[in-house]
Amino acid sequence: MNDDDSTCAEVVELVSDYLDGNLPEPEAERVADHLAGCPGCTAYFEQVRATSAGLGKVTTEDLPPDVRTSLLEAFRESRKSQQ
Amino acid sequence: MAEVPGDDAGLVARLCAGEEAAFALLVDSWSASMLRLARSIVSTEASAAEVVQETWLAVVTSVDRFEGRSSLRTWVYRILVNAAKRRAAQEQRAVPWASLSLADEPTVDPDAFQGADEPYPGHWRSFPEPWPEQATLSREVLQLIREAVERLPAQQRAVITLRDIEGCTGPETCELLDLSEGNQRVLLHRARAAVRREIADYLGKDGER
Repeated sequence: MNDDDSTCAEVVELVSDYLDGNLPEPEAERVADHLAGCPGCTAYFEQVRATSAGLGKVTTEDLPPDVRTSLLEAFRESRKSQQ
Repeated sequence: MAEVPGDDAGLVARLCAGEEAAFALLVDSWSASMLRLARSIVSTEASAAEVVQETWLAVVTSVDRFEGRSSLRTWVYRILVNAAKRRAAQEQRAVPWASLSLADEPTVDPDAFQGADEPYPGHWRSFPEPWPEQATLSREVLQLIREAVERLPAQQRAVITLRDIEGCTGPETCELLDLSEGNQRVLLHRARAAVRREIADYLGKDGER
C-alpha cells in the first residue's frame, strides 16, 4: 500500500492529464509517487496510454474521388476567372 | 494531422498563382482528417463529405485573404468547424453542440474501489488486468475504438478526434473548437476513459488475449 495520501479513485481521474504532462508540479509528483507504489493504478495508466496510442492508429477514410475531381475543377475555374 | 511540406507563405503564394498541384497536395493531405473531424460534428458521412467540399471551395475563393495570423492548417480547419457547426444546427442534431456535458461523475465505476467500511477506502478492490502488449493495435480493437468514438457525446468526440486521432495539440484544439483549456482537458479525459472502458470490456470478455 502507498504512503501517499491520494486514493486510487482520485488518481484514475488524473492519469489523462498526467499522460499529457498537464498536471502542475506538486500534483504530478503525487501521481508519480502513487503510480510507483500501486500496481492497479499503473495498469490503469498503461491502459489509458495504450488507448491513446490505439486512437493514433485509427485510419481515416479518403475524400470520394468524384469530390476531389470536382474540387480541382473548381480551383482551375476560379483561378481562370481571376486572370 | 498530416504535415504538408513547405511553409505557409510559400503554399499560399502557389495557391494564389493558381498552381493546381499545390491545391491538390493540400486536399490530399488534409481531407481525410477533415472528414473525420466533420463527421464528429455532423450526423452522416454524406453531410461530412459535403462540409469538407464546402470548406475547400471557401478556401479557393478566399485564400487571397489569408493573413497568416494562424497557421494555414488552423485557418482551413476553422472554416471547416464553422461550416460543420452550421450544418449540425440545420440538422438539429439531437445533442446540441453547445450543451456542455461536464458532469463531475467518476469515469471509473465506483464499485471498482473499496468502500468506507473496507480496509483501504478508495483503493482498488482488485487491480485492473494489464492488457497484452500491442493489444490496442489489433484490427479488431481498432475497429472497436472507431465505434466507441462514434458513440461518444459530440464534444468529447470532437476533442478526442483532434487530440488523439489527428494529433493536434491542446491549444490548437481549443482554438478550433472554441473551448477553454480546462474544458478541453476534461472532455479528453472523459472520452479516453469511455473508450478505455469499451476496450477493457472487450478484452475481458475475450479472455486474457
